[in-house]
This record gives sequence, C-alpha cells and structure tokens, in this order.
Amino acid sequence: MLEKTLHGGKGYWIWVFALAVCIGIGFIAYLYQLREGMWVTGMSRDVSWGFYISQFTFLVGVAASVLMVVLPLYLHDFKAFARITALSQFLAVGTLLMSLLFVFSDVGMPMRILNVPLNPTPGSMLFYDTVFLPGFMLLNLIIGWTAMGAEKREVPLQWWVKALIYLSMPWAVVMHTVTAFIYAGTPGRGFWMTAIMAPRFLVTAFAAGPALLIILATIIKTLTRFEVTEKAIQKLVTIMLYALIIDVFFLGVEYFTVFYAHIPEYALTFQYLFLGINGNCALVPWYWGMNIAILVAIGLLVIPGARTSRPVLVAACVIALIGLWIDKGFVLVPAAFIPNVFGRIMEYPPSWVELTISLGIYALGTLIITALYKVVISVREETEIL
Amino acid sequence: MTLTRRKFLKAASVAALVVSARPSAGRAFELKGRMSPGPKALQAGQWGMGVDMNKCRGNCRDDCLAACHEIHNVPYIPKPEHEVKWLFLEPYENAFPERSHRFLSKRVREKNFFLLCNHCEDPPCVRVCPTQATFKRQKDGIVMIDYHRCIGCRFCMAACPYGSRSFNFRDPRPFIKKINPEYPTRHRGVVEKCNFCQELLEVGRIPACVEACKEGVLTFGDLEDPTSVVRELLSEKPHIRRKPDLGTGPSVFYIT
Repeated sequence: MLEKTLHGGKGYWIWVFALAVCIGIGFIAYLYQLREGMWVTGMSRDVSWGFYISQFTFLVGVAASVLMVVLPLYLHDFKAFARITALSQFLAVGTLLMSLLFVFSDVGMPMRILNVPLNPTPGSMLFYDTVFLPGFMLLNLIIGWTAMGAEKREVPLQWWVKALIYLSMPWAVVMHTVTAFIYAGTPGRGFWMTAIMAPRFLVTAFAAGPALLIILATIIKTLTRFEVTEKAIQKLVTIMLYALIIDVFFLGVEYFTVFYAHIPEYALTFQYLFLGINGNCALVPWYWGMNIAILVAIGLLVIPGARTSRPVLVAACVIALIGLWIDKGFVLVPAAFIPNVFGRIMEYPPSWVELTISLGIYALGTLIITALYKVVISVREETEIL
Repeated sequence: MTLTRRKFLKAASVAALVVSARPSAGRAFELKGRMSPGPKALQAGQWGMGVDMNKCRGNCRDDCLAACHEIHNVPYIPKPEHEVKWLFLEPYENAFPERSHRFLSKRVREKNFFLLCNHCEDPPCVRVCPTQATFKRQKDGIVMIDYHRCIGCRFCMAACPYGSRSFNFRDPRPFIKKINPEYPTRHRGVVEKCNFCQELLEVGRIPACVEACKEGVLTFGDLEDPTSVVRELLSEKPHIRRKPDLGTGPSVFYIT
C-alpha cells in the first residue's frame, strides 16, 4: 500500500516539496541549536520550559482525541464513523511523532535520550509519557494500517486488530492524563497545581481533535473524490461542542477558585494573564484571545443553521482550534513560571530558532499525515467505497 | 525442526531480555565495598545549614559566593537569563515572597539573604527526574546530580520551588576565570546546583562557603545529631525556612 504515496498529481508533489523544504530549514536550525546550546532559544533560568514543551502537550491532546472516533464506532456502533477512523488514527500517528520530536528538541543532551529507557523511573511522570506516547503511536499505526489492508482486500477486520482498538481506548485517556500529571504534580508552581488539569486536558483534547478532523475532511473533500458523510461531520460537531462547553465550565470553576480565594500563589499567574503585572503583559492579548475564541466557537456551533453550513462550520473549527492551541500550546507551559519562585516577572518570548525548528517538526508531521492520508484516499478511490 | 520467522523472533526477544537483565545485577554487586567512605570523611544522617542573618553584614558578601564558585568551576555568565549559580543573594522579599508585606521595614525587605539548594528531606526535583540523574544520597541526605547521566530535560527546574537549579544554556568553560583541576567542569545541556561540598566532606573539610565566612554567619552540621552546631543553634534561636508549607523539608535554616 505504501507505493500509493509515490503516485500523485502535480499539486501533491508541490505540497510534498514545500514540506520537505520546511523540514530542511528546521533541521538546519536544529543543528545550530545542537552546536550552540539552548541559549539560542528564548528559554531562561526562570522560564525553563517554553514553546517545545507546549507543542508536545497540545499535540498529545490531538492524538488522544482518537478516542472520540473509535468509542462511538466500537462501543455505540455509530457506523458513520467507520470511514473516518483511519483518518483519526493516522492523525494521531503524525501528531505523536511530532510530540516526541518536540521533547527531543527540548532536551539539552539529546545524545543521552536513551538514559530514559535505560534507567526506568516509575516515580517520574515523564517516564510514563515515554512509554505511552510511542506505544499509542505504534498502536494506531498498526490498527490503521491493517484496517486499510482489510478494506483493500474487502475482508473483515482480524480479531486481534479489534482487541488492539479496545486497548487503545483507555490508553488514550491514560496517555493524556499522565501528560497533565507532569504539570499538576509540581509543588511551587501554583498555576499548574490544580486537580482540574487532567480533566481539562481531556476535554480540550476532545474538542481540538474533532475540530482538526472536520477541517481536514473538508480539505480532502475539495481535493479528492473521497467525502466524509455529513452525518459523521455533524456527530463530530456535537462532540466538539460538548467538549468546548465543558471546557468553559472547567475554566470558570478554576477562575472562581483562584480569584475568590485569592491565594497569591495561585492567583498571581492568572492576574498576569488577564491584566498583566507591573506593565508586563506579553501574554494578556493571547489569554483574552483564547477565552474569546472558545466562546465565539461555541456561539457559532450552537446555531443549527450555522453548523450545517460548511464554510461557517470550518470557520468555527479554525477559531476553536486557535483558542485551544493558545491555551495548551502557547500559554499553559511558560505562564507557570511567571512570576518565578522569587516573585519576579521574567517574560518569555520564543526565539526565531525555536520557531524555525518547530516549523520543521510541524512540516515533518504533516508530511507523514499527508502520506498516510494518501494511502487511505487511494485505497478508497480504488475500491470505490467512497 | 524448521525455524519460522515467528519462532526466531520469539527466541530472539527472550534472549534479548535475558542479556539486558543480567549486567545491572552484577554491577551493583561489584560496586559494594569500593564505595565505602575514607578514614577522614565527615559523616551525617542529614547535613544541614544554619544561616544567622543577624551576623551577616553583607559588605563582604562576595567571599562565600566566590569561594564556592571558584572551587566548583561555576561559570560567570553575565546575561541573567543564562546565569549559573550555586549560591546567590536575594532580598528578603524575593527569598521569602510569601512572607513579604508592605509594613516590613525597608532594612528587612531589602536585606540580602544567602540562598542555596535546600537539600530537602523530600525533594521534588528527585521525584520528577526521569533518569535518576538527580538523587538524594541515602547516607547523608545530600541531593546530588550525576552530570554524566542528566539529559537536560529541566523537569527538576520546573519542580524545584526554590530556584536553586541552573541549566547550562551554553558551554560553561569559556566563562570560567580559572579552572580548578580538582573539580570537574560541566558540559552545556546539563543542570547543576550546590552539592553541600560533598567532595570536601569526603576528605574531612567543611563546605567552602562556611569556611570562607569570617563572621560566623554559616554553621554546618548533622541535623540528626542533637549535639551538632546546627541543632544547638536551632534550639537557641528562632528560625525560618523557605516555603515550609510545601512539605519539602528544607535543610537550610535562617535565623532572623
């Protein structure tokens, strides 16, 4: 089936070439960071985690959202999702590859990365991520690939693939929960010390994944003969809408606790995010933007006429995705270091090197997703099960 | 018997498990005995430090810091973002932000406090390290870092509530004025911090900062021993610790 990735039109090859160029630029930037050390990033003694760890966190969430597709299909027999499971699973493969590369880009001693499996440390939450992330990536690659093979030969799924699908359901929840535990278990970082962290990680994941899937399905619809049914799209909208509303509730609960109790350790970062402290307000527009984007997306999605119009729906998905990305992929990680443990404000702007490496990683993940989607679409175009 | 691919993989994976499981057990056995302390080594249940801020005049304040940073090859990096510091000074309001308030006298609020790794009883940095590169030494409670194992993930820096840890954002060697050949320099990409002068304790000397301070501000001793200088100081004078409410159990006490 892999040979399908080698046959494509002009547009396909231009896209692949453009991604390859971005990967190349990102790789050169990484070599520069590797030679110079981490001082070429915007991170500092005070804000010691930044853009890379943020992307890792956001992308693990997108991967975990596979659950929102396989669960209705395999537990509730919602057949309309049968055509999008492969898209969702291959999306998870690409996003997890990116997550792992982002962690790899963040460590100061990448040549020693094998020290993690060589010295397994169950007390460290990062250990669980190194187990669950590659595991989930492999799981989805195997499931997606064998499912496409079965579809191509027009035979039912093997029993062991089904077993793996059932395994992947709790796996998704556990995987994203341990990602949240990286943050929610650090004394002295009031912004992260909240039990709502893991639940909120899950709901934002379950909103971001469907939003991205709807956008991708629309792109595929305009470019190929493969079309995701409206029934499946509308189900994704429902899932996303509920997830966004629960996220707003969780956010509200968090805001009440920190602002009403007003314990400085917990409230200061939120104060910094909403109003800025002593004129330091780099993240203020972003944080307001996040809150507004999520509310606007909900507003658009609750209107029945709006959500059935594809352009409005895609706009709502893009807005939601931007909001969710700001939340988990931009603010969550660095904000916990502001103010720092000495009560000082040291802001964090990502550097160009960091952003270029990130561009390269995103391009690589997109290339993998493109290739896997090419296989899916080619198989479907051949078997005419569109 | 024909060797199918399935059988071969099965046998190979079992063999790999057996091979990978054995050497670690053997190595632990070997190390025993070779790691016993020397005849002059100072020993304790939990090393701790008392900092008597009433005695600290502050005008000689670079002595203790310089003594530490010189013997440990700590680089002097001018940019505060990339600074490496084992010992450092912070005003009261920054050392104890949760205790600071607007009615404090200017003298107290701006008084510089001597800060270092607290060598906590229950260190969060050790809990989060994914490679056990940072660990709490069983025999004397010192929180140490294996510079050869650290992968530079900086999880410990996120977990430390005291800002005691520094990351080598750049190659530290060009920033060391005079390299002390008695102590290793570090590589860029690893985390480092105060080690309570573990290398001096081994040869019967007290930490360099304590030795350097002529005012008697710093006292060093065994917290488990009721007759130690630190314990005597704690029984006589009121004292505070940094962020005790987090339950980390800091081993550095401030007399104010």
